[in-house]
Amino acid sequence: MDLRDSDAEAAFRATLRTWMVAALPALPPPPSPDDWPARRVYDTAWQRRLFEAGYAGIHWPAAYGGGGASPIEHLIFLEEIERAGAPELGVNYVGQNHAGPTIAAEGTDEQRAFHLRRILTGENVWCQGFSEPSSGSDLASLRTRAVDDGDSYVLSGQKIWTSNGHVADYCEILVRTDPDAAKHKGITWLIMAMDSPGIDVRPLRTIAGSTEFCEMFLDEVRVPKTNRVGAENDGWRVGNVTLSFERGTGLVREVVRSVEIVRHLAELARRTPRDLGTAWDDAGTRRELGYVAADLDAIWALARHNIAVGMRTGSFGFSGSLLKSRYADVLHRLADVTMRVLDRSGLGLDDLGDLPTGRQLDHTFFAFMVSIAGGTTQIQRNIIGERVLGLPREPAWPSI
Amino acid sequence: MAFDLTADQRDLVQGMRMLCTGRFRLDDVRQIERSGRLDRAGWRELVQAGVFGLRVAEEVGGLGLGIVESTLVFEELGRHLVPGPLVGTEIATVCGLVTADAGHIVGVVDRGGAPMVVEHFADLDRILVLDPTGVWSVAPSDVSVERIERPLDPLTPVSRVTGPLPRGEQVGDAAAGRQRWLDGAVLTSALLVGLAQAATDLAVDYAKQREQFGRPIAGFQAVKHLLADMQAHTTAAQAAVYAAAATLDDPSVGDVARAVAAAKITSGQAAVHAGRDGIQVHGGMGFTWEVPAHLYLKRAQLLNTTFGTPDAHAVVLAERL
Repeated sequence: MDLRDSDAEAAFRATLRTWMVAALPALPPPPSPDDWPARRVYDTAWQRRLFEAGYAGIHWPAAYGGGGASPIEHLIFLEEIERAGAPELGVNYVGQNHAGPTIAAEGTDEQRAFHLRRILTGENVWCQGFSEPSSGSDLASLRTRAVDDGDSYVLSGQKIWTSNGHVADYCEILVRTDPDAAKHKGITWLIMAMDSPGIDVRPLRTIAGSTEFCEMFLDEVRVPKTNRVGAENDGWRVGNVTLSFERGTGLVREVVRSVEIVRHLAELARRTPRDLGTAWDDAGTRRELGYVAADLDAIWALARHNIAVGMRTGSFGFSGSLLKSRYADVLHRLADVTMRVLDRSGLGLDDLGDLPTGRQLDHTFFAFMVSIAGGTTQIQRNIIGERVLGLPREPAWPSI
Repeated sequence: MAFDLTADQRDLVQGMRMLCTGRFRLDDVRQIERSGRLDRAGWRELVQAGVFGLRVAEEVGGLGLGIVESTLVFEELGRHLVPGPLVGTEIATVCGLVTADAGHIVGVVDRGGAPMVVEHFADLDRILVLDPTGVWSVAPSDVSVERIERPLDPLTPVSRVTGPLPRGEQVGDAAAGRQRWLDGAVLTSALLVGLAQAATDLAVDYAKQREQFGRPIAGFQAVKHLLADMQAHTTAAQAAVYAAAATLDDPSVGDVARAVAAAKITSGQAAVHAGRDGIQVHGGMGFTWEVPAHLYLKRAQLLNTTFGTPDAHAVVLAERL
């Protein structure tokens, strides 16, 4: 049990650092957060640079153009790019982490040949059409209809939380192809071109003030059957395949960032005037920062342990649910101490004077991304209870 | 980065678990409630299993392993509520105050603690005293104490030191004292993680078989989520303890004081949390002396007062941010 890099891991880390030292200063200044066309250009240009350096799809199988990195190399990659302050995946997130790996695993040769390279190079941007207004935690209840019409499906319905829907070229979408089957058994996974007639995308403003979320209305949108990934009515299984690619690295970059955010908050506390001194003079505040940092250090240790155990046993099991539920709770605790430290310096979403407070505020909202998106903390606790601890399943409610 | 147990380490855990489930069942460890004294035969089995000599060099009768291995062993001891000054005896053995196979029982106190309370005083062969100037050995016969009739943890008799604590004989310098204190904090954290897991397991088993409203209470989300949260805290704390142990064995991988603080804080929180909610899951039965749920909470509360409280470690950690 040790935390040292192997020689190969150390070399991988060193090469990556060397590359970033050259690549990062060459980046243009990031665009305004609400200028989505500009953000697409910025994010995909970064993706192109990753591709050229051989770092695009680092965790994808090499056979499909990826880096074939082991989970631990993927963790090192995420750790290093976060520490170096490299751009995020941004609009490339769904393509890189969901659609690409799913098409690699379940798609046809034609689908792989067309899409995978375009995702890796940043040429095509993807969004996700899974959730619906009436289907959140109970995703399998989704109702967007896909009616069989010869060589096409005709889609009608509504999707929500479609991040980057307004700048995407393709959407990975779950639709109901058999309304009479049991809810998990009538779903199909499709590739929908976003320039198809009948798609209306409207941005939603989040509590963070940002506009990456969209709702998407579908009115008789035609999708060719050649765009189906996996068999008809097998979409629930295909959707779950996507998650198996995560291999323990799901929140690694975010956890590394949170550890840094706490350090930064301590620095801010030392600079934030309070009474006759600074916010750091308050022993209660310092202690609370220590507690939050301890919890985050534990979560970072758990991320590394989960990956090592997963690599040894070949199964990542439900370790991600344990990490995510704990991380979400800690982030909300961090949000509380952030507001205690900033006090009235935290009343703007932008930096206040010469205090860099905006990033801290943003992280308080990010806590909800972890406690709600990708399975709420409450759903994670069900999963831990049922799959890890072997407790009885929730009773099925009678259909109404 | 193989941040996972090696095959040898998994065997070590397995062996220790077998010893504990065979020799330290709850009925066995609860004997001390009546006798007030440690079971010397049981202690000798710990000695023979190498519990205190794992880190001692092979030339002097130990196994020459790292604190990672001791941590894994202590996690199992915590899980089984094994009583006795386990940490004190381990670090006294590493200091060379006692030999690995002698079977001596050594308590440990921080000089300057007020009030000064010693665990298992009646059984102690020596007392190890840690202070900023070093490590000291004190003979129990030189210390006057008053036994506390009703200790918080029924499995850990405690006594209050009534007179001055003698200076004793120096067995380590300031650096050694600092190192042994960090070792003690990590080993205590390992005990806490074991306790947290055991309290969780006990509550999970109970919730699966206890029926109300016609079904096992474990099926109710209100209970299920308590149990899930106990497990999440425990799993995260376990990783923190492993990281602290790995960092102590190889300080080049991180900040030792920070890693130890994170381990002590999160394991203490996990154990108190699991101990408390474990009682809650047991309902009225959990409030009875007979049901062991309270033993985990009480041991956790006791261990939180040793080798730095969570509050003290939180301040240390904050200063290092």
